[in-house]
Amino acid sequence: MSEELLRLDHLSIDYKVKDGYLSAVNDINCVINKGEVFAIVGESGCGKSTVAHSIMNLLPGGNEEISGKIIFKGKNLRECNQKEMEAIRGKEIGMIFQNPLDSLNPVYTVGSQTAEAILLDKVDKTEAWNRVLKLFRDVKMPDAEERMKSFPHELSGGMRQRVMIAMMLSRNPELLIADEPTTALDVTIEAQILDILIQLKEQFNTAIMLITHNFGLVAEIADKIGIMYAGEMVESGDVFEIFENPKHPYTKLLMQALPSGTKKDGRLQTIEGSVPRITEKKPGCRFANRCPYAKDICFNETPEAVDISETHFCRCHMLGKEEF
Amino acid sequence: MITIKDYIIKRILLGVLLVIVVSFLTFCLMYMMPGDPIDIIVDRKVSVERKAEMAHELGYDRPLITQYFDWTNKILHGDFGNSVRYKSKVTDLMLARIPYSLKLCGWSMLWELLLAIPLGLLCAVYKDKFFDRFTVNFSLFLTAIPSFWLGALFIIAFGVKLKILPISGYATAAHFILPIATTVLGGMGATLRVTRSEVLDVLNEKYVTTAYAKGLPKKVVLVKHVLRNALILITTLVFMSIPWLISGAVIIEKIFGLPGMGNLLLNSIIVQDMPVVQAVLLLITILTVICNLLSDIIMGILDPRIRLSLSGGDN
Amino acid sequence: MENNSKWKETLNECRKNKSFMIGLIILISICLVAALAGVIAPYDYAEQYVGERFMAPCAKYPFGTDQLGRDMLSRVIYGSRTALWVAFLGGSLELIIGVVVGLLCGFFGKWVDKVLLFMTDVTWCIPGTILALAVVTILGKGLTNSIIAISLVAWASYARTVRAKTLSLRNMAFVETGKAFGESNVALMFRYILPNIVPSLIVLVSLNLPGTIMSTTTLSFLGLGSQPPSPDWGLAISDGISNITRAPWLSLYPGLALVYTTFGFNLLGEGLRDLLDPHMKSQ
Repeated sequence: MSEELLRLDHLSIDYKVKDGYLSAVNDINCVINKGEVFAIVGESGCGKSTVAHSIMNLLPGGNEEISGKIIFKGKNLRECNQKEMEAIRGKEIGMIFQNPLDSLNPVYTVGSQTAEAILLDKVDKTEAWNRVLKLFRDVKMPDAEERMKSFPHELSGGMRQRVMIAMMLSRNPELLIADEPTTALDVTIEAQILDILIQLKEQFNTAIMLITHNFGLVAEIADKIGIMYAGEMVESGDVFEIFENPKHPYTKLLMQALPSGTKKDGRLQTIEGSVPRITEKKPGCRFANRCPYAKDICFNETPEAVDISETHFCRCHMLGKEEF
Repeated sequence: MITIKDYIIKRILLGVLLVIVVSFLTFCLMYMMPGDPIDIIVDRKVSVERKAEMAHELGYDRPLITQYFDWTNKILHGDFGNSVRYKSKVTDLMLARIPYSLKLCGWSMLWELLLAIPLGLLCAVYKDKFFDRFTVNFSLFLTAIPSFWLGALFIIAFGVKLKILPISGYATAAHFILPIATTVLGGMGATLRVTRSEVLDVLNEKYVTTAYAKGLPKKVVLVKHVLRNALILITTLVFMSIPWLISGAVIIEKIFGLPGMGNLLLNSIIVQDMPVVQAVLLLITILTVICNLLSDIIMGILDPRIRLSLSGGDN
Repeated sequence: MENNSKWKETLNECRKNKSFMIGLIILISICLVAALAGVIAPYDYAEQYVGERFMAPCAKYPFGTDQLGRDMLSRVIYGSRTALWVAFLGGSLELIIGVVVGLLCGFFGKWVDKVLLFMTDVTWCIPGTILALAVVTILGKGLTNSIIAISLVAWASYARTVRAKTLSLRNMAFVETGKAFGESNVALMFRYILPNIVPSLIVLVSLNLPGTIMSTTTLSFLGLGSQPPSPDWGLAISDGISNITRAPWLSLYPGLALVYTTFGFNLLGEGLRDLLDPHMKSQ
């Protein structure tokens, strides 16, 4: 069948803070195969971005403690040294970010910033420049040749995100991590960017890890989906299985919160409360305090991941026990 | 729509206005002092009648504004009047002194930048590590010491005890080592901390993460993306610090007996040699205005965002 | 009773703040030395022992003697009086000018404000030493004149803070109430607004005092401040440098005293800032 590209194996990330620690990511397991789109969905602050940055070893600070494995093409990235990591970044794994203005250096033209990545592969300048032009056309940049000489702030949000995509695909990585790539954009631009992503995925057979809080986006592009809550992956599976048969109460509430018909504003306005900060290790389901179906056991015992099918698992005590 | 050219022209006009205001104030210095200006110019022994005559000859009985225009007109032709004390042209006096100040300030600036900017970058990269804490605290400590005492300590250590460097004078390059070292050590703390905090700010920028994500090696990211962007602010601050460097030179020149502009200003203030005081003060303030102007313009050139906000017309 | 425990709490907080405590101890020690100068100084600061010039530190003269045979220890001890006088007079002058101008600008705004902003900008971009030199040129040399010169240069930072605080307080309910009661503008400024700025002012003064002492000492060093035979650390360092090959210790001790004093004021200021005005730290 399809070949495994990236596997997160019991990945946990804690931040050391003044009074102890903050659990940002807890015991995440997931597999992304070649050419596949895996969407990680969750509210802001649930640890999605932390997972993404930890794969690239780009977590800011240095006050984090990571345990577990990040296995990319059979190699544990956590054991890579700085040199090896630099060789993987951009070349094997690309990453695009939420805010395309902050993500581009304001003092260089977008063309030269893109070429900078290509030049790492020992190609000469004219060749690199031509490849940038081709890439800009691939991402459907209007007036590509002109735009290469523009500075980031002279471009619109959509154009900047195209630059980011072009930059990160310039060395044909096998995996593209897209951290909320359309959150900062208008709905119409969002659709265009999405089209580009789908098209490039098919053209280059790039796997995409799509991080989003937007279920609409997931439905359009993802093959598999993982739902995160407070640093844990509470449910994961094939996109059709999840959409047709959501098992975890949180997933169900997320789907109810999604206004039908519109993609925008898929934010979770109908779930009471917000994601808790987990600062101590204690048993119990992290969603219990907001879960309408919570029983005593939910507060006292940590639920294990239960396989529903070969591709679908869920962490919930109530699974199969109760009808809700 | 305002272009970068219009912006520069506007800044220059503002600078010229400021120079005119400052020059008028400098001119008025003589009249703000107690007593008759003629008493400052001539010897005490001169008779009252002769004084009045001289005042008329020199034009002191004319309206202030006429005198001011006369004064500026002469200055524009390179004539700052005559020194009361040295009985020679102020212009010649200054021309003889400027090389020493230039030598002191130029070399100090160069060394300060060569030391402070790389150290600031390293401190930011190794934030909160031993190297960072030691360097920052040490520079803070040096800044807290008054430069005239730091200079004295250097003289005691290298001149009196070790006897490896000359104490005072200006004959050889070795004479400039201690003055430059004092200026650099006293002044580099500020540049170091500005560089450090600016680099720290830039390190938190998303485009630095992007640069890493592209696969650029750490050194390239630090120099090409972090330092390059931090330098925008650092450069402007360096330009703005030049006037401070020059005012610090007054103290350094006094400690080490360098016959530069600072020394000239100081001695002239003490003996109330007004034409010289006016000329030096005017020169320093004009230099200040020019430095501020240059720092603004360089900022505009280095940072494309400013160019845009200008052509966007919101200024 | 309740008042009492509140005091205790404040006292405890002060005790916990290390920089405040160390700064306070340093300052108290300087004040004691200044107050008891007549008792602890072994000699008069101006008394010349002609036969004993340039004596190295010894049992009779612990800090040695200077070019006129004056005891350095006594001169350093009496110098603390000069330093404290500078701190007191300079601090008060800066404070008075800054508060009045800042209140006027913040309260009335408009052109008054514009003029102040222009002046603070000018003092910000022209080096303080140069401005102070220009002022001393007009006033003539001398300690009091140099203190005035330094204050005329340094008031702007107070004015800016007071202005900003006044702007934010001007439209608060309690000031509006005062206005409704028909209070005069002067009363509004000084009885309603000023008391609310006091904590920030205390912090500002203590943070600015080291600079004031340092600048005034610099002017004395340059020969424009204290005139001989006054006991002044800046003057003493200047004399020391003139005779540095014969008596290097002469410039050593006054400098130590100066650094000790400014260090104490700095610590106290930082401690006070943490205690009274925690927001200022982020600025």
